[in-house]
Amino acid sequence: MSNVLLQLKNVSVRFDDDQILKSINLDICDKEFVTLLGPSGCGKTTTLRIIGGFVEPDSGEVLFDGKNLLDVPSHKRAVNTIFQKYALFPHLNVYENVAFGLRVKKTPEDVVKKTVKEMLSMVNLKGFERRNISTLSGGQQQRVAIARALAVNPRVLLLDEPLGALDLKLRKDMQVELKNIQKRMGITFIYVTHDQEEALSMSDTVVVMNQGVIQQVGSPEDIYNEPVNAFVADFIGESNILDGVMLEDYKASFSGHVFDCLDKGFDKNEAVDIVVRPEDVDVVEPEKGMLCGTVSSVTFKGVHFEIIVDINGFKWMIQTTDYSPVGANIGLYIEPDAIHVMKKSEYSGAYGDYSSFSDEIDKLSELNDGES
Amino acid sequence: MKNNNSAKTQSEKKRSLSGILLSSPYLVWSVIFIVAPLFFVVYYAFTDRNGNFTFDNISKLGDYTGIFIHSIWIGLISTVICLVIAYPMAYIMARSGARRQKTLMMLVMLPMWMNLLIRTYSWMTLLQDTGIINNLISAIGLPRIHMIDTSFAVVVGMVYNFFPYMILPIYSVMSKIDNNLVEAAQDLGCNKLNVFRKVLFPLSLPGVVSGITMVFVPSVSTFYIAGKLGGPSNLLIGDVVETQFKASNNYNLGSAISLVLMVLILICMAVMNKFADDDTNMIV
Repeated sequence: MSNVLLQLKNVSVRFDDDQILKSINLDICDKEFVTLLGPSGCGKTTTLRIIGGFVEPDSGEVLFDGKNLLDVPSHKRAVNTIFQKYALFPHLNVYENVAFGLRVKKTPEDVVKKTVKEMLSMVNLKGFERRNISTLSGGQQQRVAIARALAVNPRVLLLDEPLGALDLKLRKDMQVELKNIQKRMGITFIYVTHDQEEALSMSDTVVVMNQGVIQQVGSPEDIYNEPVNAFVADFIGESNILDGVMLEDYKASFSGHVFDCLDKGFDKNEAVDIVVRPEDVDVVEPEKGMLCGTVSSVTFKGVHFEIIVDINGFKWMIQTTDYSPVGANIGLYIEPDAIHVMKKSEYSGAYGDYSSFSDEIDKLSELNDGES
Repeated sequence: MKNNNSAKTQSEKKRSLSGILLSSPYLVWSVIFIVAPLFFVVYYAFTDRNGNFTFDNISKLGDYTGIFIHSIWIGLISTVICLVIAYPMAYIMARSGARRQKTLMMLVMLPMWMNLLIRTYSWMTLLQDTGIINNLISAIGLPRIHMIDTSFAVVVGMVYNFFPYMILPIYSVMSKIDNNLVEAAQDLGCNKLNVFRKVLFPLSLPGVVSGITMVFVPSVSTFYIAGKLGGPSNLLIGDVVETQFKASNNYNLGSAISLVLMVLILICMAVMNKFADDDTNMIV
């Protein structure tokens, strides 16, 4: 991941009174799989549309291979897009859809034929050439859209929530397939999604955005294990986020107990946010636990139980394979490497308490994510 | 909830019954006003005054060949002019903001709120030798132009009256074209011209076909406009039919002309639909 292909410098966008992007800076490397991740309205799609040439930023620069990209109209950019709703041409069949970009470039017919064949076999749609678009399933249309965009041999492929309309099983398959295609073609993928699992499993680099600001850029492991603030910690996976104090290097105090941890470099007695992932907490006998609390709810999730434990009024979420009944008094044991310490931020206190937690609210907010 | 199944079949039965009831006014209407008249047209066309079977009416049509050709020619010109004006306008309408679309739509529809006769009469006062346009022309010192009682006046009347029927179907098809398709075409390397040529135009063809149908059919067969604006030398086939029925009281010949006109229009439409189909098939 050495050579930078695409650079966004201080890019800002405003629609009427809404500041969509606030001075975004982002470097994207050649052959990298980058995911822009964030809740709806965070500006990820706008960022993608700027690169695609469908939105002009109010200020800032976009460089492609060191050259200004903003002066290049979208039809001349070496960048292609997979649209959220595929946007296949209904008056053309599968073959002609895939051949569309080549025909515009007046490619010789034998090359068109060869390329379309190659692309269709890559997306496993051999024999679909003469099929009408409207007779295809969502997954098949998705594949045609991928073949169509890749046929013109772009340097960068932009994907705007391409799997959003597919069912879970198909989505998982397509994730693997997309990742394989990206490796095989050796081009840069910029992928927009609000699905954190998708982002973690596919990307080389994840860019977490919220309210028009990039919160964190890093590998999936970094983002998950070392979130920079409460927003990132909460958005990526489940997390218990607590108010704490950094007594000294490697010593953090929260929930009325002093823990050993692996973090350092904070001021003495600095107020911090502490993140503990639910799967990193061990359930033990009350007398052996660092913290003690009462189980207030248990949900069976298949792989594990999801237990909500009340500790001094703060509700922790714990994922464990050991069943504990509601009302039981249990102890919690937390290893030093399970504790992650973050500087206080504007998001402190806004996330990470499970007292009002319910699956239903999560699902509702997912439904509302039908961002365009 | 448990009674859902039986309730459903009951409501389905009810629905099919109410479906028949609801559609019955239309069925009655179409039998009285479409099927029966058509039957009488065919009956009269192949009988003489005494009700005996004959081909005389049809063979007499040779005398009207010139008028047939003239009518179809005028209809074609009017349709083409409507299309040439309506297509870009529909395009602009479909691509502009919601409020502007409403205003433009209103302007297109406005003439349709007035009666056809009144509209045609107003064109008479506009186009006459001593009409408003000629008065304006002579006021600025130019010679008067003879416009009334020419084919030009007929075409103007037709275009004016049938224009909304051209623009509405084209506009409604165009406004439904997903903007993502335009962006996808740009994304794949199309400049503005190519976006139009390769995506917008082929997708708007169904609207064009129905617009042409809705303008061509009435402009070939209409009788009032040509009579008022075109004068005696510009009689169209519709006017001849009217004369046969009203003045000459010759229902048989009038029916024969109508029947042949109908067949000719059907042939024209079939040819055009074939072309449109071929066009889309060729692209596919």
